[in-house]
Formats: sequence, C-alpha cells, structure tokens
Amino acid sequence: MADNDNVSGVEIQLDHVTKRYSGSREPAVKDVTMTIPAGKIVILVGPSGCGKTTTMRMINRLIEPTSGTITIGGEDALRLNADELRRKIGYAIQQAGLFPHFTVAQNIAVVPGLLGWDRKRIEQRVDEMMDLVGLDPAQFRTRYPRQLSGGQQQRVGVARALAADPPVLLMDEPFGAVDPITRGNLQDELLRLQTDLRKTIVFVTHDFDEAVKLGDKIAVLGEASTIMQYDTPEAILANPANDTVAGFVGAGASLKQLTLLRVRDVNYNDDALTAVSEDTSPAQLRSRMTEAGKTYALVLDGRRRPQRWVHVRDLSTAASLAAVGRPVGDLVSTQSTLQDALEAILAEGGNAVVTGTRGEYVGTIDIRTVTDTIQQIREEHETGSAAS
Amino acid sequence: MNLFAYIADRWDRLSLQALLHVSEVVQSTVIAAIAGVLIGVAVYRSPIGSAVATALASTILTIPSFALLGLLIPVFGLGATPTVIALVLYALLPITRNTIVGLAGVDPAVTDAAKGIGMNRLGVLTRVELRLAWPAILAGMRVATQMLMGIAVIAAYAKGPGLGGEVFSGLTRAGSANATNQALAGTLGVVVLALLLEGVYFLIARLTVSRGIRG
Repeated sequence: MADNDNVSGVEIQLDHVTKRYSGSREPAVKDVTMTIPAGKIVILVGPSGCGKTTTMRMINRLIEPTSGTITIGGEDALRLNADELRRKIGYAIQQAGLFPHFTVAQNIAVVPGLLGWDRKRIEQRVDEMMDLVGLDPAQFRTRYPRQLSGGQQQRVGVARALAADPPVLLMDEPFGAVDPITRGNLQDELLRLQTDLRKTIVFVTHDFDEAVKLGDKIAVLGEASTIMQYDTPEAILANPANDTVAGFVGAGASLKQLTLLRVRDVNYNDDALTAVSEDTSPAQLRSRMTEAGKTYALVLDGRRRPQRWVHVRDLSTAASLAAVGRPVGDLVSTQSTLQDALEAILAEGGNAVVTGTRGEYVGTIDIRTVTDTIQQIREEHETGSAAS
Repeated sequence: MNLFAYIADRWDRLSLQALLHVSEVVQSTVIAAIAGVLIGVAVYRSPIGSAVATALASTILTIPSFALLGLLIPVFGLGATPTVIALVLYALLPITRNTIVGLAGVDPAVTDAAKGIGMNRLGVLTRVELRLAWPAILAGMRVATQMLMGIAVIAAYAKGPGLGGEVFSGLTRAGSANATNQALAGTLGVVVLALLLEGVYFLIARLTVSRGIRG
C-alpha cells in the first residue's frame, strides 16, 4: 500500500470475520472467510439486511469486527490506525455523500489534502480525476454538489474515492439512486476505468443484473452474510449452488448468461454463399448457388459489407445484383453480446449476419449457435462442480 | 425641547451608552455562542443529553429577567458582572438548541463519507458537521442578540451599562423636564441598534456560509 501512482489493486482477505452487536442474539455477520483477488471487481450481492454492507464496512473499519482478521495487501487492517487505513481505501456510497459546502474541486481534494500533498500536486490531481470521470474541469471545478445532476454527483463521488490512487475501492450501492439510463452509463464507465486502473473493487448491490454486468466474481450472501456461492457470474448463472441462489438469480438466467458472451467467443457459421455485386452477374451467382445447393445468397458491396439477401428465384429476372433481394436488416458485430445477436436473429427471422471490426462480412449466426453455446456452458459448469 | 434637539444635545452621553449597550450584548452573545456550541457538540449525539440541555436552557429562559438580576446582585454585586452573566444565560437557549438541531440535521451519508475517506473525529466535526450546522448556529445567535438587546435594558436595574439607564431614569422622573425625551431616546436607540446588528448578521451570513448550502 505504498503511496505509488502506478499501484494496482491488492488482495483482501477476510478470515473468520464475525460482527456481533451487543443486545442482539444473532450475529449480523457470521464467520465470513473470503479472498478478494487483487485487481478484480468482487460484488457482494444479497437481499436487504443480509449484512453485505456491514461486511464491506468492516474492510475499512467503519464497523469494527467482533472477531476474525482482515488483511489488505498482506497488512493486518485491524492493527493500523483506522483513519490512516481509510485514506488508503477509496470509498463511494449511494447518493455520493458529497460535502455540500465544498465545491467539486474541494470535494475531490479532501483525501490528497489529508495525506499532506502539496497544493500544486493536488490541483493537478483534481483536474486529472475530473477528466477521468468525464467532467470538464473548467466547467465543473467551482460548482457545488447541489448544482449537479445525480449522475454527475456520483461521478464526483467516484473521483473523490480515487483521488489519492488507493489500491482498494469500496463501493456501497453507488449507482442505486440514479435513473436506469444514467446507471447503465456509470456502470459502463466504471468498467472502462477499471481496465486501466485495475484496482481491487468491493462493490455492494442488491441488483443481481448489476452484479452480473460488473463483477469478475460474485459473492451471493444469505442471512448473516453467509456465503452461499462465490464464483464467476457465468458459473453462478449456469449452475446456482442452491435454490436460494437460484431464486436470487431470478428468472431468465439463460438470458442473463447471453449478456456475458460475445459473438467472437462462439462458433458462428461462415459458410454462407456470398457474392460481390460489382464482380458477379446474376447468372453466374445462380449457377454457383445451384452447384452449392443453396437457395439463399448474401450480396456484398465492394468493401465486402453485407447488402442484401437474394433467393435463387429472384435471379432469373434480374439484370444486376445491385437491386435484387431483401436488404439485410440488423447486423451483429463480433463485439456484440449474444443477447444482441439473439435480438437480431429474431428480428431477421432465422439468422443474422456477423460483421467484423470494419463492417465486413465474417459469417452468420443462428438460433442453433446460441442454444448450443448455452448448453455447452451448462455442461461445463456441471461437470466442473461435480468434480470439485 | 423636542426629541431630536434632546438627542443632539446629549449626543455624547447617548452615543457612549449606545456603544456600551451594543458592546455588552455582542460580548455576551459571543460568550454564549462559545458555551452553547460546546454544549451542543457535547450532547448532540445522545437524544437524552440533547433533551436535558435544551430543557435546562429553556428553564433559564422562563425566569423573569428582573428576578434573575435580583438573584445575581447579592452574589456578584452591582454593575457589569451580573448583567453579562444574566445575558449569557438567556442567550444560551437559542444558541444551544440551534446547535443541536443543526448538528443533528447533518445528512448521515455525508458524515459517513467523511469518516469513510479518512477524516478523523475532529476533522469530521470542524470541517463538515459544524460547517453544515453553521447557518443554524448563526440563526440562533441572531435570535439571541435580538432578545438580549431588550433584556439589556432591564439590566440597568443592576446598574449595568447601556441605554437601559436612560429608559429607567426617564421613567422614574416621569413628569419632569425631558423625562419623556430621555426614555424615548433610550428606547429608540435600542431599536435602531437592533436593526443595525440585524444588518451585521446578514453580512456575516453572506461571508461565512458556503454558497453550496445557502438557502
């Protein structure tokens, strides 16, 4: 946890951590042991009141554990001065918790100030952080939190949490209070930041979809923070450990699974009959189609971008390939999720054209590919869990 | 002699008394503010403590000022001392109560964030909580000041400084020359000074309350 600008995340270990409040019989958090790998986003997800926030707050000791140990980057967190510990752990909460009497710049500057950075370095850092979260420093530096939208406040909250470049970031339902569109944007942005920053992020939410979207690993927590399943989103979706987890995953686990897979990861077909409209006459294409025994062919333009589907029937009367057939509707890129692909398949009625990075034809994908992929993942995780 | 001629004639004495009047009120308010904020900080986290502190301060306020001064004179004698003590005691209620209300009204998410990013207890209190409670505390001080302007008049009974002396002697000499003028000059002086102080409070609020929380 050195004060190093290039530091990426560090590992966090919770070892038999229990929190018992005086006066209540059952512990709020009971004997939790888990390892949060360095540089990963780990989501604590569970119903309200399951102790997920308590668990997270014990990592920066806003709540002191009753027993057990917590190590952060190999250091025993319980032996450090709590205030100094917290300065090295980013903390972002629901509704941002910004200081309303401070400007945006002053809010972001708080932790660097506490760490005794000099004024110039703090100023630079504030501008850098505002750029990072997509707020123009010239425009927003001197604004007060109440002059910002909910999404902008949340961005400032993230910037404040990251200002001193802590290796660990704790986020307690940070996007819970913003509208769904803004929430989606903020989630995308967090993922974008994380590819560069590679912090260890502990993220608490009760929204399983958010967990699937953001998490490298998800810990599904039950009562008193007992870990019901701690695994990758794919594994939890494919093979929930028990009925409670399955219930929490909710209906449509397979559909959620589709959001995690990209077209480039699956075996799409590349055997469609194609023809470039400028180089091929309708008669040539027709003979090629009869040869290959295909009733449909895909017409491409000069840069091999998909244009139209033609039926062999259309070709007998056509003078050129430029205008025959049915235009290609929804395209799917290799970057698209399988969910987008499925949408395109349904809209296109059977199969959708897959394009590469420059929009060129690379193949087609049909419903069979999608179902096979889901089937395969299920089998993998089932045999995986049977072996362990 | 009409009122204006009277004021012009006695300007030296009247302005000195006015100055003393403002001075004792302001000093008493400042002392009460320091004590009130300290009490508020000490008790605001405990509902019982808050209730007890507010109740005690309210009790003081129910003692008639005349009676309180009368009780203080045997102990502290005549003059400025019993006056200031009485004024401070009266100013405690609005300031303490507003401090408690102001501190209790700080959004828990904000203090949680302050702690969570590594501010120590004193930092959270001085940089966040008191700054956010400041408009309420200032409003308490303003109410206290207005109240003390009037009570300080009664303090002339304990031979305290200020315009009260003018009012009292004017009233006791009722019927004799310039008696009414003297009482009126004292009373008007108090009103004018109260309005001036109101303006000062407005300025203080402008200068010290962050634009981010100004109403």
